Amino acid sequence: MSFEMIFFILVGALSVATAVGVVTSRVAVHSALFLLVHFATLAILYVTLNAQFLAAAQIIVYAGGIVILILFVIMLIGSAPLETRAGYRSWVPYAGVALGILMLAGMALTILQMPPTELNPEANQGGVPIVLGIELYSQNILLVELAAVLLLVALLGALLLARQPKNEESPISNFQSS
Amino acid sequence: MFDFLWLLFALPTFGALIVLVAGRWLSQKVVGGIASAAVLGAFVVAFLSFLALLGLPAEERSITITYWQWITIGDFEIPVAVLYDPLSAMMALTVTGVGALIHIYAIGYMDHEPRYQRFFFYLNFFILAMLILVMSNNFLVTFVGWEGVGLASYLLIGFWFEQRDDQYGWYADAGKKAFLVNRIGDAAYLVAMFIIWTSVGSLTYDVVTHEAASLPTTTLIFITLLLLFAVSGKSAQFPLYVWLPEAMAGPTPVSALIHAATMVTAGVYLIARTGHLWELAGPVSQIVGWVGILTAFFAATLALVQYDLKKILAYSTISQLGYMVAAAGVGAPGAAIFILVAHAFFKALLFLGAGSVMHATHGVIDVRRLGGLRHKMPQTYLTFLIGAMSLAGIPLLSGFWAKDAVLAGIAADGAFAIYAVGVVTALLTAIYSFRAVFLTFNGEPNDQHVYDHAHENKMIMLAPMWILAFFSITIGWFNTPFALALEAFLEPATGEHEKIALFLELIVVMVSTVISLFGFVFAYARYIRKEQWPLTLASWFAWLTPALENKWYIDRVYDVIIVQPIKAVASWFARIFDPKIIDGAVNGVGSVINDAGEAVRKLQNGAIPTYALSIFLGVVSVLFYFLFVG
Amino acid sequence: MVPTSYYLILSAIIFTIGAVGVLSRRNALIIIMCVEMMLNSVNLTLIAFARQWDNLNGQIFVFLVMAVAAAEVAVGLAILIAHFGISKSTNIDDVNVMKW
Repeated sequence: MSFEMIFFILVGALSVATAVGVVTSRVAVHSALFLLVHFATLAILYVTLNAQFLAAAQIIVYAGGIVILILFVIMLIGSAPLETRAGYRSWVPYAGVALGILMLAGMALTILQMPPTELNPEANQGGVPIVLGIELYSQNILLVELAAVLLLVALLGALLLARQPKNEESPISNFQSS
Repeated sequence: MFDFLWLLFALPTFGALIVLVAGRWLSQKVVGGIASAAVLGAFVVAFLSFLALLGLPAEERSITITYWQWITIGDFEIPVAVLYDPLSAMMALTVTGVGALIHIYAIGYMDHEPRYQRFFFYLNFFILAMLILVMSNNFLVTFVGWEGVGLASYLLIGFWFEQRDDQYGWYADAGKKAFLVNRIGDAAYLVAMFIIWTSVGSLTYDVVTHEAASLPTTTLIFITLLLLFAVSGKSAQFPLYVWLPEAMAGPTPVSALIHAATMVTAGVYLIARTGHLWELAGPVSQIVGWVGILTAFFAATLALVQYDLKKILAYSTISQLGYMVAAAGVGAPGAAIFILVAHAFFKALLFLGAGSVMHATHGVIDVRRLGGLRHKMPQTYLTFLIGAMSLAGIPLLSGFWAKDAVLAGIAADGAFAIYAVGVVTALLTAIYSFRAVFLTFNGEPNDQHVYDHAHENKMIMLAPMWILAFFSITIGWFNTPFALALEAFLEPATGEHEKIALFLELIVVMVSTVISLFGFVFAYARYIRKEQWPLTLASWFAWLTPALENKWYIDRVYDVIIVQPIKAVASWFARIFDPKIIDGAVNGVGSVINDAGEAVRKLQNGAIPTYALSIFLGVVSVLFYFLFVG
Repeated sequence: MVPTSYYLILSAIIFTIGAVGVLSRRNALIIIMCVEMMLNSVNLTLIAFARQWDNLNGQIFVFLVMAVAAAEVAVGLAILIAHFGISKSTNIDDVNVMKW
């Protein structure tokens, strides 16, 4: 049981625990905070996997962007307590749990039958930004451009969807006035 | 000479076609005339052919003329061929002769009938079918004629299908009953044909008779029993006689032609034609004899208590047919054919007489409303009396000689029990024959209104009756025991007939004479002089009255055993099986698809969790496929 | 070094938890969070394989997945806000207009 293994188990356990916390929290803000810690643990794991740039990107984009965005929306919309489940979907969670366990069992079975391979400790040259950058901008420049277009479209889409017509009530004005 | 035999079939066919096609534009007399001329022409051909046959020496009197091959399937070959020998010659003469006379009579009888062209078409069709039946040389073509006469009988019995009365119910139902009961017999005929074909390899009469001796006895027993059943259907023997009394719903010429003279004799003809088989079939000939004589007795008892004149004659026909079948079965086919011919004449005469009465009284035929008609209808009275005397077996008339030949043949065969029953039946026959005459024509009128309106009929109806009366008297002289001309003539066809000892013959003759005269006396005393002693005698049998009035309960038994179960099964099929099971299956397919659609529709419920679950399910499925299968 | 299969099992567990969460929760925001969790688990798998085969394509893939996830969250939340403006509820069961 090497140090790396112990470290992995600790971080993995934390990751799973926070994931469970996201799913089971009654308060939406708690879920968001659990999610934040979850992303952080994943970033740590990325570092151990020789993906340092991606670890940083994870923190910046996910933890610092997406979770903040979700927190903003929670503040905007609120998380009022919701009514009970409609009849026709009351069995869906149980089906989901069953399917999930089934899927997990199947994947575990397959994964555990994988033959162990030789691992290079200097794989991907540690995933440092230079290496990733060279790879991105030489071989996969098209993907970078496409990603940029995608982000532009998403931005415009979000703008359009959130726009309120004049002379109509908006949730924001509603919230502020109530 | 025999090259013209095909005219026997062509003339009725043409007659029928002309009547069918052009009948509606011709007057009724012309239509009737065409039809009668066709049959009369057929009679002329039959007579000339008969003379030609007489011109041949006895051994050669069997001519086969093949017209064309009907069926050829490998070994199975059925030609459409005529076998002209003494038996078929005799039958052809009888059919066309009596048929022509009845056609002429019908011109007068059906003078108020709006559907006369249909009637004459059916009549000619019947003659054609009957001729096919008696002239063919193999079982299958005979069966065509057999079925054809059954069809004609159905069409003609139910001729006035829209009518209904208490005696007969719906006339159409009477026709149906005849057809269906006949059908049962026909099924037996078919099975007999199958057995004959598989055991002998041919359906031609000559071949079958020749090969019969080499067949195992059990096969012969089966064949003959089945044929007996078929004969019972067509010739109204027990147990399939029930259609004949109701068949009186048809017009009287039909009753005269079909149900007295010709169609019902087809069964007797069949037995005579296949005589050799019956001789070889061991116990079956005894069975046939008993079936015939018991039917004869049984029908005679019922004729005693009927009030409908036509039904008296119908039961009388069944009774006489019983004599014929019994004679043919115990080995006296010549006698059977003799009584067939004689009976054709006097029974047709009796029916025509009854028709004459009906025509004069506008349909009243219940003897309780008749009486004293001899003053108003003398010619009908005389001819009817001649026919009745012949039926009763008064000495020197044809019926006497015929019945005597039958009884002698039965006695000579050693079947004394059958003979005894036959004698008792003869007594009953005499009684009911004269009862019919006396109640209708003698005594005082029971219904004055009917009596006043009665009148003698036209010559066109009376002439055939006189001709038939003449033959009723004279035809017996062709076959007296002292000069068995007819039976000798028939020998090539029916096989040797036994020479009966003179001593036995005399005894039989004397017994028959005594019986018939006693019957006359009894009826005279009872119905005309209204004396007491007949009633005393009859009272010994009074305990049988309910049985007789209910026709020995046979119809009820059939109803319970056969008709009701079939109706129940048919009702079950119609009410339960068809709507629930078959329709249920068909509708079920529809509703299963409907319900499946309803269920599947719920998937599109617009609820996101359900969609999410479906996606997840798909993912897991694909994943598992690639992990474990792919 | 920790064998790759351990990371894969961890990723599977996180993915399952995320899927169950999507199906169980009624609040639309929580559902979006669970979806993000599932995407992250896939990222983990990709990076683990990138290390195993010493191939940077896995990491590039992850880079692009992050971009897509960000865009998707933005648009999804915008839709959610627009819907909230109409129905005044974040219950996912209320988003059921597109049905039979």
